[in-house]
This record gives sequence, structure tokens and C-alpha cells, in this order.
Amino acid sequence: MLSRKPLLAALALVLFGGTAQAADEVVVYSSRIDELIKPVFDAYTAETGVKVKFITDKEAPLMQRIKAEGQNGVADLLLTVDAGNLWQAEQMGILQPIKSAVIDQNIPAQYRASSHDWTGLSLRARTIVYATDRVKPEELSTYEALADKHWEGRLCLRTAKKVYNQSLTATLIENHGPAKTEEIVKGWVDNLSTDVFSDDNAVLQAIAAGQCDVGVVNTYYFGRMHKADPKLPLKLFWPNQGDRGVHVNLSGIGLTKHAPHPEAAIKLVEWMTGEQAQKLFADLNQEFPANPKVKPSDEVAAWGEFKADSIPVEVAGKRQAEAIRLMDRAGWN
Amino acid sequence: MSHAPQRRWYLPVGLTAALVILPLSVLVLSWHSIDMQIWSHLLDTQMRRLLGNTLTLVAGVGLGVTVLGVSLAWLTTLCEFPGRRWLDWALMLPFAIPAYVLAFVFVGLLDFAGPVQSALREVFGPMRLPRVRSTGGVIIVLVLVFYPYVYLLARSAFLAQGKGLMEAARVLGLTPLQAFWRVALPMARPAIGAGVALALMETLADFGAVAVFNFDTFTTAIYKTWYGFFSLSSAAQLASLLLLFVMLVLYAERRARGAGRTGNERARVQPLYRLRGVKALAASSWCVLVFACAFVIPLLQLLAWFWQRGRHDLDERYLGLVTHTVSLGLGAAVITVSVALVLAFARRQAPTSAIRSGVALANLGYALPGSVLAVSLMLAFSYLDNQLVIPLSQWLGGAGKPLLLGSLWALLLAYLVRFMAVAYGPLESTLARIRPSLPEASRSLGVGGVKLLRRVYLPLLLPGTLSAALLVFVDVIKEMPATLLMRPFGWDTLAVRVFEMTSEGEWARASLPALTLVAVGLVPVIGLIRRSARSLGQGH
Repeated sequence: MLSRKPLLAALALVLFGGTAQAADEVVVYSSRIDELIKPVFDAYTAETGVKVKFITDKEAPLMQRIKAEGQNGVADLLLTVDAGNLWQAEQMGILQPIKSAVIDQNIPAQYRASSHDWTGLSLRARTIVYATDRVKPEELSTYEALADKHWEGRLCLRTAKKVYNQSLTATLIENHGPAKTEEIVKGWVDNLSTDVFSDDNAVLQAIAAGQCDVGVVNTYYFGRMHKADPKLPLKLFWPNQGDRGVHVNLSGIGLTKHAPHPEAAIKLVEWMTGEQAQKLFADLNQEFPANPKVKPSDEVAAWGEFKADSIPVEVAGKRQAEAIRLMDRAGWN
Repeated sequence: MSHAPQRRWYLPVGLTAALVILPLSVLVLSWHSIDMQIWSHLLDTQMRRLLGNTLTLVAGVGLGVTVLGVSLAWLTTLCEFPGRRWLDWALMLPFAIPAYVLAFVFVGLLDFAGPVQSALREVFGPMRLPRVRSTGGVIIVLVLVFYPYVYLLARSAFLAQGKGLMEAARVLGLTPLQAFWRVALPMARPAIGAGVALALMETLADFGAVAVFNFDTFTTAIYKTWYGFFSLSSAAQLASLLLLFVMLVLYAERRARGAGRTGNERARVQPLYRLRGVKALAASSWCVLVFACAFVIPLLQLLAWFWQRGRHDLDERYLGLVTHTVSLGLGAAVITVSVALVLAFARRQAPTSAIRSGVALANLGYALPGSVLAVSLMLAFSYLDNQLVIPLSQWLGGAGKPLLLGSLWALLLAYLVRFMAVAYGPLESTLARIRPSLPEASRSLGVGGVKLLRRVYLPLLLPGTLSAALLVFVDVIKEMPATLLMRPFGWDTLAVRVFEMTSEGEWARASLPALTLVAVGLVPVIGLIRRSARSLGQGH
């Protein structure tokens, strides 16, 4: 048996040797799609020579894969949208704290995990959008007010299965408690003009086409559509300016627990929070840079200043399951 | 006790079955702890609606694909009417269109904000039309996508019934309709049942199309439990219940199939009934209507979107996407068909109960929602990597890196598990048509072993093998969840690009990858058609 060992070792080298990773590369699992991150990674490679390999999928499968791979994991970084997902990754124990003065300086604490397990990279507001020809901005005030009879048959919403709506509901629960929130959500459902849509673009199109008058969408969907069609008869409204402010969520990144190249990965994250990358990253998708020193794109700046809800974004994750159950009970499908 | 020649089939069948047992055991193991909070919530507020929706969908799609598939097959094989010659093959083309693509085209085209309703409002002013994103809408879309299964199988069953039988029915005084109900339909029942079963398995596993309609089914509940509650174990529990339901459907199909046998007569070359006047017009319009709705209109809409938006995305990367897609499709087709061939031979040469259960098990992967199968396989593979491959490779002095997960092999194995049933079906029925007397005669003439396989079996099996490979190819290139989760770095495919675009609601831009996908899928479908036309031309 022993004499066979060299042969087997040679075979093993052929089979297993090829998968060993080079030192100057970083591996990212991303739920942000190819075209919204590749330009950023390409810029990093051009600047530093460090290669960035990535695959895209939905958050849950990516997180499960990191967990399953365990200490033999190949991913260094997990890039996701929505703080709820990042909070879940933290709970699953697949991330580790990033200790970096650069990141702490670049990104306000409100947009980072208190555990330092992840940091936000860009911000998006989930806000009210209205048809300019059928709604006067004075009619609008708060998210809660969309449950009033005034909006009966005039509201369009996206499905409750999307994490953005779950996070919005979670912050409502944090503010009003479950009973009041359920009342509000029921009011929204009663005011729907048609079945909920499968994406934000469809909500915007429905309002533009006159199927309904108001809706709730993420700002960048509006930004993209407005950029493609400047005559779009829609406008954004910033609600709750008299109290807690507009619901803001983020897209962020975390270092995996068993990252094979932690130093290289942290360098990449530091660079991504810096001014040049922030501009590129946020502008690709009409988002707000998480680094306050960086100015948003002209399209985004044109929407005007607003007061953002300062609630820690982690609340979205903590109350996500509760929010889903509440939305189910209220009939928001 | 089995004989020695039978026993040699046990290893390959056992290995293939084990490959399917891997993800299934992940599902079974999920039951070791139950999250009561999630379950009581599901039972209290969701289950009734989900089951109601799912059963309505199954009933609607089942009825729809049967009516469409059988009526079209009957018309194109037994009747003569204007356009029959091209409709005969054209009606198979919708095979190339993935369900999720037809769904987003249908909604994008017909919903309130879409071009059709907008134009109508422009001309006639405000109006109320039936809701597009509704139970009826989702059933129509799935029927249009899945009817080709029934059409294809019913068509070959009707063709195989031969001319003698139908002429006998006519001589005995049966009207065409009576002949259909009393002779043709009962004889084609096994084939139709098999087609409906495939369509229903696809329906139960579908996520992409129902998600576009936001139509909640048992499968969407599985995803929601995982993506929303982040409880993979509860999602796996729901999936195992769905699998039980699918096994019930399969069992019912086997029972209903009974002892039906395909005739072995000469195939008909001439159609039997020449339709004239109103009847001919009705037949042509029905076939053209289905073809237009399932293929022409969606294709035109995709082209229109491509012209508006998609063409700006066209760059040299599409060459890479097409190459990856085609390579994965070809690789999976070769591997899956080879293994299916071994299974079919095993089933024929050694029909012991162990072999039969092994083969049945190996075919179950098709019934699982793609994402559930993908994550179960991913968990199983990473377990093997961590427990087996890495210690072994370290012991041998290797790099100690995972071998399965993230490799091309893992993905090809996932396709094998998922699409085994697609390859096995056609191969089994082709093999069944070779009478046992033929190889026996060859053996008595001194032709045995490899030579027997090469000279007797392979030529006879070639058509069936080709169509099995084509079906697997088309299914693999449309596959999304396993490809997303298990593709190696850099192996983006057209389906991945469609996912990325539709996940952002960019339907118009998804037209480019979707259109390319349909084009790549059309090549084998047309191949399938040409082959079936040729074998018909030769009169078997």
C-alpha cells in the first residue's frame, strides 16, 4: 500500500493543487449584481494590481454557502443589500469584526454594525413617490398617513416578500409598537388600488400610467427611471420631516469569519469607503455615498436635502421576522 | 437471489441513487428540530391560501396542458388542414422559452402600464379590463410554457398508433370524434399521462414565473421561509412535504398508466382526415393562436425591448456568456444521458425490486424546486469536502482545499440530479421498443458484448438518445438556482444575466440575455424537429 502513496500524491496534486489561491486576490460573494460592482472592482485592480474574484446570487444562498464552507471557505467578503441581511449574517456567525481606523473615519457609526462585523457602503432612502398631475405635495405628510381614507384605491406597493418592505415595517414596529403598526399596515393594504407588484420599477410604471397615485419605492429605482426619461410625471416626497425622518437603508460589506486573505480584504474595504470608490460605487446605482465627504451624483443631488431617520439600521434585522408575520396577518402578500 | 450478471448493475444504479439521496437526506435531517413559531404562523395565516392557490394552479395547468397538448397533437398528426405541415413542428418551438421569460413578457406586455393597455386607453379612454396578474393569468402562462411536453409525447403516441387501427375504427363506422375518444385517446393515455406529469412537476417546482405574478404557492412559501425568516430547516421541511405531494402525483400517474402499450405498426405518412371549410379554418386558427401566444408574440416583445434597451448592453462579454451556457449544457447533456442510459439498461436487464427502486429514486430530483435542490446539494457537497476530501487531500500531501463545491463537477452533478428524469423518460421508452428477441438473435449469431452494443443497440437507441440529450441541454441552459449557487468563479451564464436583470425589475434589459437564451435553445429544438420529421419521412 505504502508504495502507492507517491502516485496518489501526484494524483492529488493534479486534482487538488490547482484550487490553491493566489495571495494577491480577494474573493467576494455579492448579492449586488455584476454591473453594479464590477466597475468598482476593476478600478481597484487597475490601481493596485490585486485581483477581485466574485460570484453573484441572492443573500440567503450566499450566506448559507459561507456557513457550509466553514473554515475551508473561499470567500473573504460578503457584499449585500439591506441591513436586515447583514444583521442576519452577523447572527449566523459567518462574519468577523473589521478593525480599521480608516473605515471608522470614513463611515458614520450609524451606518456600521456596533460589532464592527460589517460597514455600509451606500445609502438608499425608501420614500414616497407621487404622480405630479394627480397629487399635490401638500396632501402628503408621513408613511403612516398613507393609511388614511384619503388614499383609498390610490396606493401601489411592492410585495411584502421583499426585504426593503420588511425593513420599513420593522422600523415602524420599533417606533409605534406592533399593534399600532399592524393598524397602519392594514390601512395601506385597504388603500391598495391593485395587487402588490413584484418590483419597484413596476410600482413606478403603474403610478406613471395612472393605475394609482402614490407608492413607496427605493430612491435609486426612481433615479434610474428618471435618468432614462427626464419627462417622467413622478416626483419623490420626503415624509416624516416633522418627526423621525425618512427611512434609510444601506448596501454593505462584511469580512467572513474564515477569510483566506483577511489583510487584502480589509484593504479593499478601506479603499471602497474612500472618496474615489464611494463616488463610483454610489453613482453606478444613483445611491447616496455612505461617506459624508463624498457628494452624490447630480441626479441624486437634484432630489434635495432631507432629514433621515437616525434609528440604527440593525433594527431592520432584529425585527425582520416579527415584521413578516405582521405583514402576513395584515394581508400584505 | 439475483444472478451474477444482474448484480453488476447494482454499483452504477446504487451510486446514482446515492447522489440523489444526498440532497434528500438533507431534507429529512431538517426535521430534527422544528421551529414552532414559524410553523404555527404558517398554519394560522398562510397555509390555507397557499394550498388553495397551489391546488388551483395544478388543476388549471393540468387541464390546460392536456386540452392544448392533446388537441394540437390530434390535429397535426391525424388531420390535414392549411398550415398543418409547418404548425406540426412550429408548435414545439415554445420549448425554448423559459417559464420566467414568458411570465415577464406576458406581464410587461399586458399589465395596466404595458403597451397594450396604454394604447387601448389612448384610443378608448379609461376602461376596466380583466386583471392580468391573477390566477387565470399565471395559469395561462404556465400552460403556454408547459404544453409542449404533452404535445410532444401525445404526438409521437398518435403517430405510433399506425394507420391500420384508425382505418379499422372508420370502417367500423366510428366518426372521427368517436374514434378519438374510444380508440386513439385510451391508447395514448400513458404518453399523455407522462407529459402531464412532467408539466405538473415543473409547475410545482416553478418559482420564477409565479414570482413575477406575485402569486403565492407552496414553493414561494419555501423561499419566503428561507429568505425572510432565514430558517433553512423550516424551508427544507416545507420542501419535503412538497416532495411527498409530487411523489403522490407520480404514483397516480403510474397507476393510471396501467398496462398501456404502444402499438408497433407502421407509422402513418398520410393524414387520415382532410378537413374542409369551417372545420379546416377552425383547426388552422386554433393551432396558429396557440403558436402566436406561446412563441411569436413573446418573441416580438423581446425583440422590441431588445431594440429599445437591450442592444446597448451587447458587448463582447456575451460571447463568454454564450460559451459558458453552451458548454454547461453540452457537458451536462453528455453526462446525464450516459448515466440515464446505464439506468435504463439496468432496469431492462435486471428488473429486481432493488434496481427498480434505485432507478425510481434517481429520477426524483426533477420534482424538487430548483433552489431547494441546489442548497441541499451544496450542503451535502460542502459536508463531503470538509469531512472527506480535505482530510484525504491533506493526508496525501495535497493543498487541502475543497474539491467539490465551486468546481465545475459539482455543478454538472447538480444538473445530473435535477434533470435525470428528463433524460431517462425518452431512453426508457426507446429501449422498451427494442424487442428482447433482437439481442437474443444477435447473441445466437455470435454477436455479443461490446459488439452487440455497438452494432445492435446503439443504432437503434441513437434517436432516443439524441432527443434525451437535447431535452437536457435545453433544460440546463434555462436552469437558474443551481447555476447561481454552484457556478465556479467567472462562469456566468445567460440565465445568470437574466436573473440579475429581472431581480432589479429591469425587464426590458433582460430581453438581451433572454433572447440569446431562446436562440441558443432553439438550435436543439429545431434539431429535434428535423430528426422527428426525418424518421417520419422514412416511414420508420
